[in-house]
This record gives sequence, C-alpha cells and structure tokens, in this order.
Amino acid sequence: MTAAPLSSEAARLSPAASRARWRWPEAMFWLAALAALLLPDQHLILNEIAILALFALSLDLILGYAGIVSLGHAAFFGLGAYVAGLLTIHVAGEPLLGLVAAAGAGAVLGFATGFLVLRGSDLTRLMVTLGISLLLFEIANRAAGLTGGADGLNGMVVGPILGWFEFDLYGTTAYAYSLAVLFLLFLFARRVVHSPFGLSLKAIRDNRLRAAAVGVPVARRLVGIYTLSAAYAAVAGALLAQTTQFVSLDVFDFHRSADVLLVLVIGGAGYLYGGPIGAVLFRFLQDWISGLTPQYWSFWLGAFLVLLVLVGRDRLVQGVRRPLAALLSRIGAGR
Amino acid sequence: MATILFDGIAYGMLLFVLACGLSVTLGLMNFINLAHGAFAMLGGYVTAILMSRWQVPFFLCLPAAFLAAAAVGLVLERTLYRQLYRRSHLDQVLFSIGIVFMAMAAADYLMGSEQQIIQLPDYLRGRVEVLGVGIGIYRALIIIICSVLVLALQGVLAYTRFGSRLRAAVDDPRAARGLGIRVDTVFAATFAVGSGLAGLGGALGAEILGVDPTFPLKYMIYFLIVVTVGGTSSLTGPFLAALLLGIADVAGKYYVPAFGSFVIYTVMIVVLLLRPQGLFARGGSR
Repeated sequence: MTAAPLSSEAARLSPAASRARWRWPEAMFWLAALAALLLPDQHLILNEIAILALFALSLDLILGYAGIVSLGHAAFFGLGAYVAGLLTIHVAGEPLLGLVAAAGAGAVLGFATGFLVLRGSDLTRLMVTLGISLLLFEIANRAAGLTGGADGLNGMVVGPILGWFEFDLYGTTAYAYSLAVLFLLFLFARRVVHSPFGLSLKAIRDNRLRAAAVGVPVARRLVGIYTLSAAYAAVAGALLAQTTQFVSLDVFDFHRSADVLLVLVIGGAGYLYGGPIGAVLFRFLQDWISGLTPQYWSFWLGAFLVLLVLVGRDRLVQGVRRPLAALLSRIGAGR
Repeated sequence: MATILFDGIAYGMLLFVLACGLSVTLGLMNFINLAHGAFAMLGGYVTAILMSRWQVPFFLCLPAAFLAAAAVGLVLERTLYRQLYRRSHLDQVLFSIGIVFMAMAAADYLMGSEQQIIQLPDYLRGRVEVLGVGIGIYRALIIIICSVLVLALQGVLAYTRFGSRLRAAVDDPRAARGLGIRVDTVFAATFAVGSGLAGLGGALGAEILGVDPTFPLKYMIYFLIVVTVGGTSSLTGPFLAALLLGIADVAGKYYVPAFGSFVIYTVMIVVLLLRPQGLFARGGSR
C-alpha cells in the first residue's frame, strides 16, 4: 500500500467507503468513452466494444469478485439476445422493453443454474457452465420454428429508443445507447461491489471456509451474484441483438465464452474496469492480428493466451497497475 | 436394436481410448487440460496423410499416430505443461484454450478446413451377420483393440512398478520424491502415453468421428464428460462412463434424432448435480 498522505476528508471515511470514492481517472475514462462519439465512422466498432465490455463486466462480477470460473457465460448472452430478438419481432419494437425482458430472463436462468455452480470443484463448475451453454445452443438449433435455427433470427425491426432516437446506419445511436446502458449498469455494479454484499463476496472468494465461519451465508451470496451477472450478460446479448438487428446461433458459441474470458484476463479481473479496458485492448489486438493474417488470427490469439499465462497474469497486470497507482498517488498527493 | 448396442459399445470404447489420457492428467494430476482433443486430431491427421499420400497400410498408421502424438505430448509437457501443474485452474483453462485455438488454426492452415477422407482397406469394410446381428467389421476391430488396451492399461496401473510409482506421485508428490521416485519423469511419461493414446484414438476414430480442424472443440465436451462423470479414482469409472455415453449417444441419435446431443448434456448436468465427484467415485476424496 502506498503511504500517500490522506486528505482529512478521506481519513474520516471508513476504508471501504474511501475505496468506493470516485477518483478523477475514472471520470476521465468515461469522458473519453463519451468523447469517442465525436469520432466519425468508428461508431459501429465502438458499439461492439461497449457490448463486449458489458459482457466482460458481467463475467468480472462472478470471476473477479466471487472466484467462479465459467466456461459457458455465453449461455446468458445468447439467451438475452434471443429474448430481445423474439420480443422485437412478436411483441414490440421498443428497445428498452427488450433490455428489461432480457435481463429478467437472464436473471431467472442465472438463479436457476446458480444452485448448480455452487456444487463440486472448479472442474464440475466448468463442466456445468459449459454444459448449460451447449444445451441452450442445441435448443436454439432445434427449435428452428421459433429461433430460425441455423439461419438465425431474421426480420427484426427495432423501433426508436423511447420513441425518439432512431437507430441509424452509422451506429451512432447504437453506440450512444450501448454506452449509456454500460455506464448505468457499471454504476450499479460499482455500488454493489463496494457494498457489504460485495465485501462479503470477496471474503468468500479469498477463503470460502473462513467466510462461512464468520457468518457469511456463502450459498446465498454466490447465487445472488451469479443471478446478477447472468442478467448483465443477458443485457449485453440484448444490446447486440438490437443494434445489429440480427441474432444467430453464434451467440451461444463456445468461442464467445472463451473470448470474454480472454477479454477479462487482458484487462485484469476484480476491479470492474478490467472488462471495459480489456474489451478495448482485445478489439485492437483482434483488428491488428486479423489485419496481418485474416484467416488464422485465432492462432495468434491462442499464442497470446499461452504467453499470457506463462508470463503470469498477475505479473502482467501488476506491471501495468503499479506504475499507474504510483502515478495516481503522486497526482493525488499534489492536489 | 442389438446393432445399435454394438455400435454404441464400439463408439464408447473409442471414446475411452481418446479420453483415458485425460482421465490421468485431469483426474489424477488435477490439471484441467482442455487441449486433449488436439492430440487426437493430430493422430487423425497423421493417419490421413500417411494413408492418402504415401499409401501406408492402415495398421502401420495406428502406431505412427500413437508415436507422433506421444512425441508432441512429451515435448509440450517438458516445455510448457509442467510449469502449470501448480497454477490455478483459471490459468490452466486459459492456457489449454490457447493451445486449442493454435492447434485448430494450424490444422486449418496446413491441411485446409475440409474433412479428411480415410479410405479403409477393403477387408475392414462391410458387415457380417452373427446370430442375426449385423456387425460392422471395422467396429468389431475397434472393440477388440480397445479392449486389449483397457486391460493393458489397467494391468500397468495396478500391477507394475511404474503404475505404483505413478499412483504414489499423484497422491503425494513430495513424499514420492522423498522416496526417490523421479516424479517429473513419471509425469512426463504418463503425459506422453496419454497423448499418444489420444492420437491412437484419433486415428482409429478418423473414419467414425471425422477429422477436421474443429475436432478439438467438437469432442472436448465428450472427453470431459467421460472423465467427470466417470470419476477419477480408477480407470474403471471412466471406462463405464465412456460405454454409457457411447451407447446413449448412438441410441439417442437413432431413436430421437430431434433431440440431438440434448440428452447427453442433460444427463451430464444431472449426474454432476447428484454426484459431483462422478458416478463411479468411491467416496469424496477431494
């Protein structure tokens, strides 16, 4: 820990509360994201990044804060996408309604399957999460009458947001919309992880037995955060469905679960910004590599993963974070 | 009916040979290796290349596939895998997914994305009627080879010095090291043999399962099911699980094709719920 002199205001706050205080780099981050709206011609890719960021954020809630390794997070993402898509086709074109419905469906599935991930070892959890996403893939594939099967869900006409903001071809509305949703959900997640609930999650992650011994209801907390995370992932899926106006089986793909894991690992788990930062880096990495070798970019992605693990994730993250923290504390002290 | 049962048994035996290496690395050494299918794919490709380009007889391809996969497994174990035995499960997952991606892209680059065609020799094709049951000759061959392998493996693990060294090294590496067992060597040899068996399985199954670059991902879940459902206390568990899985898959696809792989995933989840340690585990050791 740094020995930076605390301002009198911070000294009065409890450690938890001071950690929850907003610092200006955070504001900078969001301002930069907002300023990106001024970039012309980039909104489609920025929209993808925002959605990926939200998806990674949802994974961060369970992996970074509760220590649950999931190989099937795409299950919730895909569910959200299909719910939003079907709702748009059969009920109403209002996007916000789709988001709420997707979040609800994701939460229900998350709650139902949350009890499954409580059991057994890491391996069992991996298998169960993977199994659930494969199961949903099969359902979406077989129920072709409802989902369009392998052809995907066509004919979505998404209405304007709140009846005002029409989606455009350049993705400007889409990016603004996804960014707004990401920001709001981020605020909520931030509130959650700094609450006593979030602190108890960290206790469970670090030592489950000890957390149970001091009276934390481990099972309930884990199911709770799993449900929340599932709802987040479903919202990310719904955003993708609405902004691209198309849903295909690809939303349940294993690749998606693996990619989001990679995004989070690049950004670093357990401090909420890992998802957004990782999403930006991942997209640039993807663009850069697929520019070099269009067809075989997954080879270099794999090589990157292997290298990342061999060098050590912690070392890599610390290598970036420590100079950053030093910089921050210096600026903070000079204020 | 009996034919389906027979095909299911052949398929299950094949799955066991493919997955038994994984049941040692994952089950006994507690290393989550999602890249196991990559070794099987390698075996399949070795067979396909040898047979189509050099007209090597099928029976010579099988040991070649074993050796190739074992050699690659050994090199990878020595250079990369061994550094990760002590790491967290998340690290192991990320690492092995990375290997899978690399293997798939490399296969695509070298061999193209289309399915490889294996021309079995004439005497292995066709069916014979035995007691009114249609039996594919090739499937019968698979059953024979795999049964021999199963018996040999069980024998090696249970009755040889190497087997007891391996069990000791897995149970308590420190104590085993203290007793003069070269744990590293034992692990490396085990990993190599496991990879080699996967390669052999890939070669044997090339005609049934098909060989293409998506092989490692397509069958990853099957291998994992065999190991997790079978439990990790012995080879018997995974063997029974593989047989069950093979029969259920073949029967499911024949009788209720609309459900596809649905049945298997559901059964897996239910089994893992009721018995997180696996269907055939003796008590919870972990």
